[in-house]
Amino acid sequence: MSRIAARFAALRAEGRGAFIPFLEAFDPDRATSQAILDGMPAAGADLIEIGMPFSDPMADGPIIQEAGQRALKAGATLAGTLAMVRAFRAHETTIPVILMGYLNPILAYGAARFCTDAAAAGVDGLIIVDLPPEEADLLAADAARAGLAIIRLVAPTTDATRLPHVLDGAGGFVYYVSITGVTGTRSAAIADLAAAMPPIRRATDLPIAIGFGVKTPAQAAEAVGIADAAVVASALIETLAASLEDGRAGPDTVPRVLDQVRAIAQAIRAARR
Amino acid sequence: MTHFANSLRTGPDARGRFGGFGGRFVAETLMPLILEVEAAYRAARDDPGFQGELDRYLRDYVGRPSPLWLAERLSAALGGAKIYLKREDLNHTGAHKINSCMGQILLARRMGKTRIIAETGAGQHGVATATVCALFGLPCTIYMGAVDVERQKPNVFRMQLLGAEVRPVTSGAATLKDAMNEALRDWVAHVSDTYYLIGTVAGPHPYPMMVRDFQAVIGTETRAQILAAEGRLPDAAIACVGGGSNAMGLFHTFLDDEAVRLIGVEAAGRGLDTSEHAASLERGRPGVLHGNRTYLLQTADGQIEEAHSISAGLDYPGIGPEHAFLFEAGRVQYVGVTDDEALAAFQLCTRTEGIIPALETAHALAYLTTLAPEIGPGGVIVVNLSGRGDKDIFTVARHLKSGSPGGADLGDIL
Repeated sequence: MSRIAARFAALRAEGRGAFIPFLEAFDPDRATSQAILDGMPAAGADLIEIGMPFSDPMADGPIIQEAGQRALKAGATLAGTLAMVRAFRAHETTIPVILMGYLNPILAYGAARFCTDAAAAGVDGLIIVDLPPEEADLLAADAARAGLAIIRLVAPTTDATRLPHVLDGAGGFVYYVSITGVTGTRSAAIADLAAAMPPIRRATDLPIAIGFGVKTPAQAAEAVGIADAAVVASALIETLAASLEDGRAGPDTVPRVLDQVRAIAQAIRAARR
Repeated sequence: MTHFANSLRTGPDARGRFGGFGGRFVAETLMPLILEVEAAYRAARDDPGFQGELDRYLRDYVGRPSPLWLAERLSAALGGAKIYLKREDLNHTGAHKINSCMGQILLARRMGKTRIIAETGAGQHGVATATVCALFGLPCTIYMGAVDVERQKPNVFRMQLLGAEVRPVTSGAATLKDAMNEALRDWVAHVSDTYYLIGTVAGPHPYPMMVRDFQAVIGTETRAQILAAEGRLPDAAIACVGGGSNAMGLFHTFLDDEAVRLIGVEAAGRGLDTSEHAASLERGRPGVLHGNRTYLLQTADGQIEEAHSISAGLDYPGIGPEHAFLFEAGRVQYVGVTDDEALAAFQLCTRTEGIIPALETAHALAYLTTLAPEIGPGGVIVVNLSGRGDKDIFTVARHLKSGSPGGADLGDIL
């Protein structure tokens, strides 16, 4: 069983939803983001999503755009991101790691080599924002060979006739983009989220994670009340950004981000399923 | 008569690919909308009523057909082939951009969309978009890099007069690439009521095909006009290439005419072998940006690099996917022209023909210095005079003042 499937099975047995915090690799520098990554399991992360910085993140709002800019300025590369995962795996072997990003840096690295190296580093799945099912064959065979799950995005605009097409070839879990919009802007109404789940449940047995617009512990608890996992990204980056001094990490940066991870994790653990 | 085994005019395929280029690399939120635009466009294209309506607007509002002008003094000055200028600068709003805007606004109306967004670099596409939105009473938001807002002030004012909201974009290098990112972000957030009116032959399928089809009127008219004037096809057709819409518009009809040399002129900025240019084909590598696979200026790590050109309309690190295909197929020759060469051609065209060309267009004109003597007397060249240069006079004045020979007088006036 893959790390992702094993983790969701264990949480199902525990009767609770999963918390997936996000960090941007190398934001604001390699060492700080490594410390945040390494601290996340003890703070209550169930899976971890790592953003791969890209110069033109078209699906992201200002908060993650700026995180990417800081990271690139700090020397972020795909190879560096994989090195972070390798370092993490030296002491943590059960928590799944998902990389999220855009296609072009992967193509520049070489799709086949990237999948091989990512799997070897300990990555479990990929979310490629600008790789819809229509273009998925560009990466599908290489990812499958390496044992990486391709996690598909389902949006409010994905209708019932399109859904089977989107889920064909999906692995790991389904990432439900809860709003029509970019990351870190508005939040979906819980009633709309609840209404969006049944068609996806009918179309797949994969767990469903809700992302985009999940900011507070309360929203995360609500999300795992109707789905299997909640992704929190921009809210954590905002905390990180607020802790910076002249663009550099301060003594508070790592603890403040991890405190927030802890608070959200506690709310998710307290949520009844 | 074509000597090609297969036509080069049949692309793209069902996946929106021109050879290995093009496609639909967008987020899932946009994908259903992209498919809807494609279906609506195919239905419109097959509807004689739509074409008839478009033809009427192009004739009575845009002012088509545009003339094909034999530039005798320019030809004489360059000492070689006869040079004809396809006068897209005489279109309403002063550039070729309105051809596609008119087609797309009629499509947006057919789709029931009530709000228009667009990106713009030089502002020509923004002005054309704001114009058709005024004509049809639709609200529009134009994304424009803050740097471009500064260097294209007259066009910003024109857009605002026309009722458009111009949103300066400060992310990245604050130029066309960043404006396109921001327009895509807006579209994701307003999928139900908004139509994204893309200004060039780039972006996700069907845009490269659709914008080319709407711009192909340039080449179709040119072919008939040159046959009437010369009784034969030209030896060469030449156009500047940023995203590449005016070039595709001119080239498409000639793709299977092997005897017609097709030349696309990229902006070489401060030189192809400096780091400051916008020559995606000559110096870039294939990659994926803004919904399509094409040649891009990028680092070894796949981060997109900033382009540079004196001309805001060419200042883009990518190029339409059909150009990438034609480049690899060897059908179109792509060359680079520097800022300084474009400035010299700008002045030459102005003083020999009484036509102030856009700085974008001046890149195509500059290559005539090489091409006209090469093709020689008796030969015929068609240049797409894609836009007029009123918007650029302040930029030109600033550059001439800062030391280009022969330009001091003009520079001192401004």
